[in-house]
Amino acid sequence: MGRTARTNKIGLSREEYKGGKSTLCPGCGHDSISNQIISTAYDMGIEQHKVLKMSGIGCSSKTPAYFLGRSHGFNSVHGRMPSVATGALMANHTLTCVAISGDGDTGSIGLGQFKHAIRRNVPFVYIIENNGVYGLTKGQFSATADEGQYLKYYGKNDMPPIDLALEAIIAGATFVARSFSGDAKQVQALLQAALHHKGIAVIDIVSPCVTFNNNEDSTKSYPYGKEHQISLHDIQVISPDFVEGKEEITVEEYAPDEVIEVDMHDGTIVRLKKLGEDHDPRSRLQAITSLERAQRENLFLTGLIYYEEPRPTLVETENLIDSPIAHLSDAQARPSKDKLDALMKAFQ
Amino acid sequence: MVVNVPLESQQKQSLDPIVNDFAFTMATQNGSGSQTANNVLVKSLFDMGIPVNGKNLFPSNIKGLPTWYTIRVSKDGYTARRYQTEVVVAYNTDTAAEDIAKLPAGGVCFLPAEWKWTHSRADIVYYEIPMKDLMAQTDINSDFRKRVETMTYVGAVAQIFNIPLDRIYSALLANFGGKAKAADMNMQVIRLTYDYFEKNIEKRDPYRVEPMNETAGKILITGNEAGALGALFGGVGVVAWYPITPSTSLVDAIITHKHIRRDEATGKETVAVVQAEDELAAAGMIIGAGFAGARSLTATSGPGISLMAEFTGLAYYAEIPCVIWDITRMGPSTGLPTRTSQGDLLFIHFLGHGDTRQLVLMPANPEEAFEFGWRSLDIAEQMQMPVFVASDLDLGMNNWMSDPFQYPDEPMTRGKVLDEEGLKDFIAEHGKWGRYMDVDGDAVTYRTLPGTNHPMAAYFTRGTGHNAMAVYSERSDDWVVNMERLRRKLNTAQALLPAPIKEFDPAKRVGIITFGTNEPAIQEARDMLKAQGIETNYLRVRALPLHKDITAFIEQHEHVYVVENNFDGQLFQIISLEHQQDIRHVHSLALGDGLPMTAHWIVEKVNEVK
Repeated sequence: MGRTARTNKIGLSREEYKGGKSTLCPGCGHDSISNQIISTAYDMGIEQHKVLKMSGIGCSSKTPAYFLGRSHGFNSVHGRMPSVATGALMANHTLTCVAISGDGDTGSIGLGQFKHAIRRNVPFVYIIENNGVYGLTKGQFSATADEGQYLKYYGKNDMPPIDLALEAIIAGATFVARSFSGDAKQVQALLQAALHHKGIAVIDIVSPCVTFNNNEDSTKSYPYGKEHQISLHDIQVISPDFVEGKEEITVEEYAPDEVIEVDMHDGTIVRLKKLGEDHDPRSRLQAITSLERAQRENLFLTGLIYYEEPRPTLVETENLIDSPIAHLSDAQARPSKDKLDALMKAFQ
Repeated sequence: MVVNVPLESQQKQSLDPIVNDFAFTMATQNGSGSQTANNVLVKSLFDMGIPVNGKNLFPSNIKGLPTWYTIRVSKDGYTARRYQTEVVVAYNTDTAAEDIAKLPAGGVCFLPAEWKWTHSRADIVYYEIPMKDLMAQTDINSDFRKRVETMTYVGAVAQIFNIPLDRIYSALLANFGGKAKAADMNMQVIRLTYDYFEKNIEKRDPYRVEPMNETAGKILITGNEAGALGALFGGVGVVAWYPITPSTSLVDAIITHKHIRRDEATGKETVAVVQAEDELAAAGMIIGAGFAGARSLTATSGPGISLMAEFTGLAYYAEIPCVIWDITRMGPSTGLPTRTSQGDLLFIHFLGHGDTRQLVLMPANPEEAFEFGWRSLDIAEQMQMPVFVASDLDLGMNNWMSDPFQYPDEPMTRGKVLDEEGLKDFIAEHGKWGRYMDVDGDAVTYRTLPGTNHPMAAYFTRGTGHNAMAVYSERSDDWVVNMERLRRKLNTAQALLPAPIKEFDPAKRVGIITFGTNEPAIQEARDMLKAQGIETNYLRVRALPLHKDITAFIEQHEHVYVVENNFDGQLFQIISLEHQQDIRHVHSLALGDGLPMTAHWIVEKVNEVK
């Protein structure tokens, strides 16, 4: 003993951001994502009681039990997490909501709710832990599995994949990213940026299933991801606390055409350093084109795919009061007797 | 079954006046403007102080299909639908022959003169309305003309039956929200027809209305509006819904009236209304909202209830408050979407896979719809359970005469919610806190809301097995202990659920049990049965699970009739399920024909099975 645990700006150790012990298979990509969530929340000094964890049903949806143990969580219904998150955020829009879904949860049974939550711009971080396979039911293809893929029990997949990042952009999402659970640094950077976003932020993370879909030739496997991942940019997220001194934290000098700075509504800057591919996430057309090309040419492009100035969130569209509806005073919740009497007169 | 022998309305062919005791049918085409005409007539009669009801028997269609509207005036205050009406306004050629054939002897038929129909029945009175000619005399723009043609029958009916034109005009104004221009255009047609009848038509029937003083202070309102107001006065914060007849007007009314809850200083809303992509999402939203601490509701009908089964089963088991209004319509899937029914009772009571016994409130009239509107939200939070409100199309969409609503007489009760201080105290007292720890012995446990600033406040909500600490568990004993507690919660709920309405006299040997909107028909039937020498007691169930008084009521009678508006006798089935003793003296009188129940049918059935 004698060693003091490192603590973050609110005095908590990283340990205190953990949840229960994972029951997923050892080596599961999802556990790695849980770890990045823990690290990001720790690094950002997030107050856990202000976080709401949401999930649907499936391997991925179990994971909110394994991180941020001091945050309320709701493991809801298969594919319907978006509606539960929507209701919870209408009740209390001061919460930061981190929602976990899977490719079965979002790409099949929940595709409608996924797109409608985006359409409404419900403000939460929507993480899809995408492994192309149904784990808990023992290895069926999911709708994100690439065409021609092979699984032991089901043979060849003859269907084209649904690209959930593309679906998100088409539905109107204003923050869309893709990542790989094997790339801890990128996952953390994207999570950090997403947590600063006003509105729905969708991160589709390829997260290998080590039990059912981790053969070398699987496009959702560790070996494949490690070999083929093409990061669009090196991502640096500069939170508003640091923006004033941003020159000082710039360690490299970039040529102007090598760097894109994305200004977020709260003053955060996402600095994207070009890495070979030409991609400006501020162009919807270019984002769609990149995803199309990725699919056609079988490229595993990752990074911030699309970003735009946020549309009004559902909280704004609904013109809700600033304090949570969950905590209405009696006077706010029940109009006076005079108001009832006046209404009764109108019906006479 | 079709009844050929009218009971009370077979009038002798005399001109002894029949005052304030008859019924009309307006047979028109959907989308023809007749809704305004009918509303104006109902409102005029109501404003004359005469007890009146209006029942819209309409098709699932926007324009063109036949639609009927019945209006009953009753000096004795009976507001049930009549099985037969003495007057028909036959404005739809497709149905007129049948509409006329249904009239009793001595009945009255209004029809357009230009049809030039032969008067096939000698035992009724015909009044012909020269609709085309009258319309030609107006200066109404041809764009509007078709839409106000039905006003001709308002003028004719007003003149023949003695409804003053000033009443008609004020009803028109009310209908158009005070807009004189629209009211005047319609009034022009009404006045022309009225004058034509006054000058040219001799009254040959005995029916007429006279002013009374029976509606003073009363209101005319639909159950859906009443429920919406109840919810607004009950502190509803999140409303999620998907449009479906006949529930839509409940949420419409919330949208119309939610300004009464607006924050005056900022102009911001305290009620979020989200139109969902389907009923699955609507259920998800209200459950998310209930979990996060808002009072939440959705309104739907049978098909929507089906889609909410998984979510409401989860909410029952995960113990999340929310309110679901089922404005019941007829049949599975599309069924008869514009016809009334009480056919979802079993379904909602047991909704959810696994073992569920949902709480159900059953309003019978607008006052109860209002009261259950706020009370359901209270019960949901106190019990931490979904609460279903089983209304129906008849209550939801028809205008009912009602006393003004009573302001909620109890303060809002948010149930067992621990904030930071509460949690500290709880832990100090009990050493720890677990979401499902039953420390009070009433089976209702303490919850915390997301956002509670305490390191022990969080818990993980799930449909999977869990123990008292809300920790995942697949242990059989944990499951059983939890289910036993959920069952005990139902006992606790009894104290909060509305008790049955009861009229009991130990001398009477026959009892009638019912729920919901059958009440007016049953009260009328009881008077008719009394005239036949059959005295009855009455019990109206207002909530599920059943109240213990129902058992006593069953035991206190030689014959008990369970009257309900569905095909299978669903309340009867629930009663059978809950009573192990011999209940062979309990008879099911169930009729699911899509229409509001009539006293006539009840009397006939009681006579058959007695």
